[in-house]
Amino acid sequence: MSNNQIENAVTVKNVYKNYGDVEALRDLSLEFPKGQLTSLLGPSGCGKTTLLKIIAGLLPATQGEVLVNGQPVNKPGPDRAFVFQDFALMPWASVIRNVAFGLELRGVNKSERESIATKYIKDVGLTGFEHSFPHELSGGMRQRVGLARALSVDSPVLLMDEPFSAVDEQTRRKFQEDLLNLVKNENKTFIFVTHSIEEAVYVSDQVALLLPRPSRVSEIIKPSSFKNKDINSIRKDSEYLDTVERIWKSLRSYVE
Amino acid sequence: MLSRSFFLKILSGALIFGAWEYAGRVGVNYALPTFLESMKALIDMTISGLIFKAYADTLRPLVVGVLISAFIGIGIGVWVGLSEKFDWLISPIFIIMQAAPLAALIPLLIMAYGIGLTSKVFVVCIMAMPVIVLNTSVAVKNTPSSVKEMARSFLGSRKDVILKIIIPSASPVIFAGLRLGVSAGFIGAILAELKITPTGVGDIISYSRMTADYPSMYAAIFSIILLAVIFLNILEKIEDVLFKGNNQGYIS
Repeated sequence: MSNNQIENAVTVKNVYKNYGDVEALRDLSLEFPKGQLTSLLGPSGCGKTTLLKIIAGLLPATQGEVLVNGQPVNKPGPDRAFVFQDFALMPWASVIRNVAFGLELRGVNKSERESIATKYIKDVGLTGFEHSFPHELSGGMRQRVGLARALSVDSPVLLMDEPFSAVDEQTRRKFQEDLLNLVKNENKTFIFVTHSIEEAVYVSDQVALLLPRPSRVSEIIKPSSFKNKDINSIRKDSEYLDTVERIWKSLRSYVE
Repeated sequence: MLSRSFFLKILSGALIFGAWEYAGRVGVNYALPTFLESMKALIDMTISGLIFKAYADTLRPLVVGVLISAFIGIGIGVWVGLSEKFDWLISPIFIIMQAAPLAALIPLLIMAYGIGLTSKVFVVCIMAMPVIVLNTSVAVKNTPSSVKEMARSFLGSRKDVILKIIIPSASPVIFAGLRLGVSAGFIGAILAELKITPTGVGDIISYSRMTADYPSMYAAIFSIILLAVIFLNILEKIEDVLFKGNNQGYIS
């Protein structure tokens, strides 16, 4: 195995995806460095969710391949966990069963999976809600359940499909700060789909700018200087502001 | 507060039975007994044991028919919901079954299966099964795709997706279909007794009509309605216990 493959947790090679006559992705290649957070950013219809679902193994690529730790994948595997935009919780199941569901499907016995789930419920700050049902929780709390479920299977790669788009602005900011800590503390690779430029620049080690018709990676931006700064000063950092501005300039011609 | 809704239920019952009593007393029709006369007839039948004998006969095709309809109906419904080909193949049969005037088909059933239990079970099934199948298949088809995708992404097999996602998610609508199916089954069971061979409760109804014993006739009708309501309530309680979070509305 070459050095290059070890450094990249996920590699997308020349992937094409067609829906009938519609070309969603054309010859898309992208590398996701291990232990980092990479955002897929672009206007709607640029195929970012399609790409994420192909990496997840939920959608087949028409052509091309996806490597996870050097191995080609074409279906969901234990090395990847997914966080859904609409949370995808089971309304008939309690919080603890929802969080433990990934482990349940892997055949982990009940007491063991519940003790693991309890730990992650605590990590996301939902202790005390173990036996609540999803309809009793706010949107932000529901997404915490979704996040705890993805963390509890302990996959090295976390795929997040606009995870914060359905929660309110204040909760979203808190989530973004929590995500930065998560990337720092957990040795995981994050692939994060978003349509918010500020969010992408704020949380990412690397932003892949996707442009539509046909979908392609137009630019890879690696914000660096503000990464080690205090969380509270990032939003005032000049590189942060310049990067946001630069991305907006690239994207504005694609917005009708 | 239980008492308020309980009070309203009592009030609703009192209004209807009061209206019935009033209509009987003023003599809307010579064939309409008062509520109290009917209740007295019901008590007489209960004491003489007639009603229990009648229900032993009536419940047999009803229970057999409803059980067959529930198990086979839900099974077929899930299958129809999962496979588009099967949907095209099977759904029209049940749509026709639901639309067909059953009473007109009864002579055909008698020719094919005689006047015994089989024909009556068939009548119950024809009444109960279509609504169970159609409701189940619609519910299965409408399972939110993101929850199915979630189970797949966390390594759920096809079987896991069906048993742990699709069935629980479809269960409120399946149960609604089951409730409709069971009440249709009650109609079918009485129809079979009136149209095929008079036995059980159907026999009490037709016999007491012939002998102009209207209180007994209404008592029998009242008892079957009461039984259907009690049964449906039990079904609802079962549903509440089985799927606690589900009837609190969907989240997305």
